[in-house]
Amino acid sequence: MSNTPDNPKISSLEDLLAVAYQIEIDAVERYNVLADQMETHNNPELVKIFRDLARAEGIHGEEIRRLAGDFDVVNHARQIAKFGRRESPEEAELGSAHYMMTPWHALQLSLAGEKRALTYFSFVVETATDPKVKALAEDLVEEEAEHVTLVNRLLRRYPPPKDSWAEDLDPPVSQE
Amino acid sequence: MSSVSTRLAHKPADYKSDLKPIWCPGCGDYHVLMSFTRAFAQLGLAPEKIAVISGIGCSSRIPAYTNCYGFHGVHGRSLALAAGLKVTRPDLTVVVASGDGDGYSIGGNHFLHACRRNIDMTYVVMDNRIYGMTKGQPSPTTEPEFDTALTPGGSGVAPFHPLVVALASGANFIARCFSGEPNETADVLAAAITHPGFSFVEILSPCVTFRPDQKEWKELVRPAPVVATNDQGKAARRLMTDDGFNLGVLYRGDRVPFQPAVGASDTDLSVLEKDFEL
Amino acid sequence: MGASPSISIAIVGSGGAGALTTGNSLLEAASAAGWHGLFTRTLGPQIRGGEAAGLLRLAVHPVDCLPGQFDLIIGIDWLNAHRFGDEIKAGPQTLVISDPRGGEPPPMVTRSGARVVEIPMKEMAKSITDGRPNMIALGIASRLLGFSIEQVFAPIAKRLADKGPEAIEASRDGIRAGFDAAAGIDFDAQLAAPNPSDTRRWLLSGNEATALGAIRGGVRFAAAYPITPATEILEWLAPSLAKIGGVLLQAEDELAAINMIIGSSYGGTPALTATSGPGLSLMIEALGLATAAEIPVVVVDVMRGGPSTGIPTKSEQTDLSIAIYGLHGDAPHLVLAPQSVGDCLFTTQWATYLAETLQAPAIVLSDQFMGQSRAAIERPADVAFIGARTVATNISGTYKRYALASNGVSPMAIPGTLGGQYTADGLTHSETGTPTSGATDHLAQLDKRRDKLDHFNFGDHWASVEGTGDLALITWGSLTGAAREAAGRAATDGLDIRVIAPRLLAPVQPERLASALEGVKRILVVEQTHGGQFHRFLRAHYDLPAPVRVFNRPGPLPITAGEIHRAITDWR
Repeated sequence: MSNTPDNPKISSLEDLLAVAYQIEIDAVERYNVLADQMETHNNPELVKIFRDLARAEGIHGEEIRRLAGDFDVVNHARQIAKFGRRESPEEAELGSAHYMMTPWHALQLSLAGEKRALTYFSFVVETATDPKVKALAEDLVEEEAEHVTLVNRLLRRYPPPKDSWAEDLDPPVSQE
Repeated sequence: MSSVSTRLAHKPADYKSDLKPIWCPGCGDYHVLMSFTRAFAQLGLAPEKIAVISGIGCSSRIPAYTNCYGFHGVHGRSLALAAGLKVTRPDLTVVVASGDGDGYSIGGNHFLHACRRNIDMTYVVMDNRIYGMTKGQPSPTTEPEFDTALTPGGSGVAPFHPLVVALASGANFIARCFSGEPNETADVLAAAITHPGFSFVEILSPCVTFRPDQKEWKELVRPAPVVATNDQGKAARRLMTDDGFNLGVLYRGDRVPFQPAVGASDTDLSVLEKDFEL
Repeated sequence: MGASPSISIAIVGSGGAGALTTGNSLLEAASAAGWHGLFTRTLGPQIRGGEAAGLLRLAVHPVDCLPGQFDLIIGIDWLNAHRFGDEIKAGPQTLVISDPRGGEPPPMVTRSGARVVEIPMKEMAKSITDGRPNMIALGIASRLLGFSIEQVFAPIAKRLADKGPEAIEASRDGIRAGFDAAAGIDFDAQLAAPNPSDTRRWLLSGNEATALGAIRGGVRFAAAYPITPATEILEWLAPSLAKIGGVLLQAEDELAAINMIIGSSYGGTPALTATSGPGLSLMIEALGLATAAEIPVVVVDVMRGGPSTGIPTKSEQTDLSIAIYGLHGDAPHLVLAPQSVGDCLFTTQWATYLAETLQAPAIVLSDQFMGQSRAAIERPADVAFIGARTVATNISGTYKRYALASNGVSPMAIPGTLGGQYTADGLTHSETGTPTSGATDHLAQLDKRRDKLDHFNFGDHWASVEGTGDLALITWGSLTGAAREAAGRAATDGLDIRVIAPRLLAPVQPERLASALEGVKRILVVEQTHGGQFHRFLRAHYDLPAPVRVFNRPGPLPITAGEIHRAITDWR
């Protein structure tokens, strides 16, 4: 993944700020979509978890925006933060959601996202020629590594679910 | 599959009823009726063991002109009637008659699924590229520039390729005939009836009243330059690129016909009631 | 043992909690122990994980309708339960068991004066390996209702048979935990002892009953296009027909389905399809064909909320008009309506018999309430109504498929019969079936098709007529049960009420209704419609020789016995 042509090319500090910002914003939106799904499907525990994750990503996004100072990072992101055929690295996989999913599942989705972001920023570190870009990329790698640690710690609170976690004795409903 | 009569072979005339067709003189459907009766006679089928099912349109009048069991149903639904009949009466020979309007327009959806289902029956579409019975509107096979009262200057909508649609949907036998060659058509019909599964035969059948230009068809048709293939890819290329006038059996598939086991059963109904007993 | 003839319970839960499984298991346990019962459900719009409430009524006698108020409501959780507020009425006598971590009970519960007892079902389930809150709920319910753990465990064990011994043990542990937790809770409403009965009883839904009725009547071919709430009829028929030499064919749409069954019937095999309002609309043209060509078919319409896509998961009685009047032209045909889950079997069987005998299509108007409710009923008797088509055999000379016969029914030649070749036609035809536009033939055939129905003796099954009294309730379909119960309540007030519910809606039976209405001084028409379709139908075809009031309300909420009773007492 890290050296595929799908990743946006980073040619400047502004580029990296914009892409890093977009990654966080995409993650916020994705976690809110998941939270909405959990709300509609009566899984309140997971609503809270996804909203909390969305909030956390939103905070990271704001930090990056502050780092950018006067530079219009939002607009620049729109131009260059494209991931080709893939989704933005920190976006939790929608296809892995389930109406009876447990906190463990949610944290696994989050962990996978953080790891993908970590891999991407590591790639930027390796390939950056501009020392400012390299430095920021190293900070971002450190930041993502902290997130990974945090999620792992949270995961220790929640045991992996039993095999029967998705068992719903009631049958599906035909609505039309 | 066809059922061979144990009585003396029938003459084609034995398959015609006394009813005089209402078709215009010069209509290709007269020849088609002739081809039907010749094909039935060729196969030695008992008239009472053949069912001719149709929808609405000039071509769909054909059942009453035969001496077989017939069903003149509603517009576009003949294939569904035939499916219900054949699946419960596999002993009958089922021939479905339709036109380009009844079969390809309102009947279009049932066409796809009949090919897909591959029940053993023969589907004959008398294509005159016009809605004749309702006095001259374009059909799904009418040329886009053909001028009609409903579509002055032409519909501007291109026709589709029914034979390609049939192939893509799973038809097991595909042929094109011309009503003006009733003996060749009879041979193809007999082959279609004999061939297991869903056999589709398009018969170009000119409309003398609303498509007098179709008089020239007899100069345009030709025997297909290659023999029938059983390769779907080859057939697709041939059918997509032919000009609509290649005649003969064009595709012969080897799908197994769909026919669930039906018939009298010794099973007592109380077997079904066990679901409910406490 | 208690003294209540009937108890009602609602189990509420969401997100895969399995509330419906709990309700169904209680029904199964109660049925096995000898009680009668009716179970239905109300659901959110999701396909999985939605909010759900299982609604159960258990009784000593057969019950065909739900109560106005519940005796016991168990809330595994209350998420979005306010959506069914109107359907789960509580009152001061109601006991509510609520999980303190399951959210707030909806206003209809908190404002009702009901007694609320908290039991932490989710937490209790967590302390059991593979524990499930709905098993805790099941244990609670069984303790309160007076069942033993084994009684409610039996249906669960059956359900989980292929999930392994751990899952089964976990459920038993859950039931036991709930059972113990409910000890000491006061609950007065206990069912009276069941009537000892040596007749076999069945547990089935109206849709299943419909399907079996068709088979008993002789149906051996079905064409299927799925639609809520009729699909279960077709899904039950698929393997069942195959077991007895019949076949079900899936159709690409309703247009194909109706034509397939006409084709099958034309070939001699009695045939049926099942649909709901939108599908019936599509089938109308071909029903006209079957009428004109005199080909028997049975079309079951499991009515749902309308118009158009409407409310697919709720009941209404608004397809009456299209069933009776929907065919273009003058096209008399048969329309019947079952009155309860069990009656779905008899009515569909009778409809098949009538269709075959009279060579006409029969529309059976069931509805979502009956179709998708499960009931414990007495095993339906085997009745002699098995399709007996008049077929033409040993044909000589010119065969006249539509010969003018004294009773209007002309022998039908089945394809394969020598000498009987004819073309069935929707076109107006002569006696031989040849198309004609002449006045004499058209009139003769119209008379034939009308008279064969009008002159047939349908007997007493045409309606259920019960009671004496000068106030008559006239209703039909699934409201019959509520009407009967309302009449029962009025009787305890000393008021004699007559309940008349036609099972045969078309052809109409003016003399029979006149005789049923003799002595009646007031008529209350009850129907689940917005536009009063049934009332208009009665006025169009029948004499209503007394002042008439109409109590009509559209779906989605059922009309209860209490509401009908109130309408009676309000009319003094």
